[in-house]
Amino acid sequence: MELKGKAFKFGDDISTDHIAPGRLFHLRSNLPELAKHVLEDADPTFATKMSKGDFVVAGNNFGLGSSREHAPQIIKIAGVGAVLAKSFARIFYRNAINIGLLLIECDTDKINAGDELEIDIKQGFVHNITQNIKMPITPLPDVMIKLLNEGGLIEHIKKHGDFDLV
Amino acid sequence: MGQTIAEKILSLHAGKNVTPGELIIANIDAVMVQDGTGPLAVNEFKKLNKTKLFNPERTILFIDHAAPSPRKELSNSHSVLREFAKEYGAVLSEIGEGVCHQRLVESYINPGEVLLGADSHTCTSGALGAFATGVGSTDIAVVMALGKTWLKVPATYKIVLEGEFQKGVYAKDLILHLIGLIGADGATYKALEFTGNAVKNLTMSERFTISNMAVEAGAKAGLFETDEKTYEYLKEQGRADKFKEIKADTDAKYERVININLSELKPTISCPHTVDNTKTIDELEHVEINQVYIGTCTNGRIEDLRIVAKILKGNKVKEGVRLLVAPASRKVFLEALKEGLIETFVEAGASIVTSGCGACVGVHAGILGDGEVCLATQNRNFKGRMGNTEGFIYLSSPATAAYSAIKGYIADVREVL
Repeated sequence: MELKGKAFKFGDDISTDHIAPGRLFHLRSNLPELAKHVLEDADPTFATKMSKGDFVVAGNNFGLGSSREHAPQIIKIAGVGAVLAKSFARIFYRNAINIGLLLIECDTDKINAGDELEIDIKQGFVHNITQNIKMPITPLPDVMIKLLNEGGLIEHIKKHGDFDLV
Repeated sequence: MGQTIAEKILSLHAGKNVTPGELIIANIDAVMVQDGTGPLAVNEFKKLNKTKLFNPERTILFIDHAAPSPRKELSNSHSVLREFAKEYGAVLSEIGEGVCHQRLVESYINPGEVLLGADSHTCTSGALGAFATGVGSTDIAVVMALGKTWLKVPATYKIVLEGEFQKGVYAKDLILHLIGLIGADGATYKALEFTGNAVKNLTMSERFTISNMAVEAGAKAGLFETDEKTYEYLKEQGRADKFKEIKADTDAKYERVININLSELKPTISCPHTVDNTKTIDELEHVEINQVYIGTCTNGRIEDLRIVAKILKGNKVKEGVRLLVAPASRKVFLEALKEGLIETFVEAGASIVTSGCGACVGVHAGILGDGEVCLATQNRNFKGRMGNTEGFIYLSSPATAAYSAIKGYIADVREVL
């Protein structure tokens, strides 16, 4: 999978209410429609401006708040290549991996809006093509890599009939 | 080596002694979803091709977030949950029965158990000495099928509470103060354990308020040891036989210790748009309000409503302010009716709304207008939380909320106590 795209920048503490607002609660049963509003309350133009493979780049504590899995789901459905942040909130992190959305922890201060990025998971860095710098990424725990590689938690359980993580 | 409460409970559920940071497969005693997260869990569960639930009697589906339904799409989501409950024998909590976390402590969760819920405020049950935490719908689908999940054992922060609240200061002020102190991500991935001499004086209602908001500091759980108050509470709910002593070892290891003297706290307010943006009432500028919302899993219990009634009694809500009151459950609603509290609220000019989550999640029954300000007893004030990104949400104790409703601005309740 090629991970190359443009950076869309967001600040600290982007909540699940920013990503999938409660006022659109009725669209939770229609994720493709809800995905048209992804991150709308943080940047109303994001969903229309982004292209498939682009990156969400944020500060600390991305995804705080509610346990709604619809938040990572619609980021994935919208075609975002990965979410890069300095840190992630716990439930969002777990949900994202469970459904197969790639999360990257790195120093996002070195990324500007519009920068062209390429992510190399195997080598463990983000290449900021625009600024010509390479940034190390915090490696994902083994369990997360396994779940991501197998296509998420449901696929993992279907494959093994049980947990095969520990 | 000694263990914290989280480590003890998880050890029993993993069948071995666990240590912080360790990845375990834990048996789960009870699992819940609500109408916002349940339909997706049902969808994922069906992908697993299982003909039955692992533990149907302890798989609980709550219809509380959009209750009663304001839209056909949500009515259809409710139908999905009703049909699933019927087909698989799961427990269904219907419209009007109350907010899931209140219903869980009233009727379902016991000390020493592990509860997984598709709702971030599942940590509320930690006040009963249960390891209760929020996860997403897919995690829940797997637990519904297998009765277990993987967990990373959290390190624990010990929150030592000493002293007594001064008048006008409550458990809500304490937890807002703590979140302001350590930040919205100050305890990410950690368990909070509340201890110290002041804990024995905290009512169960106060402990629920504190545990409820553990997640607002990023924590995985907010735990209390069990004591006589826990026993009395369970007895009142008809579950005295479920009492169990849950206590950390005296030589347990804590990653961090935070001391709080309750007597030094003041009425505390979270300002827009993050919970950790706290100010004491003395520091807060003059803030006029349009709406006051009293209720939710944080502060909609009978003890909260009694405090509110005491302040509202014989007073009128300020002209131009809307006061909405949502008892946290049908049980609370009935108690409030019997005690005459509802009459006091209505006479003061309040509107009573269905027991449920409603306005707090921005779905219905209290959506803010552009530029409007709401003072709420709920746990979140994120931008857009109450259905409008142009709204401004402040959080406080029920006492501060009630007094502010009379004054028309966020006021210092100590003036009247």
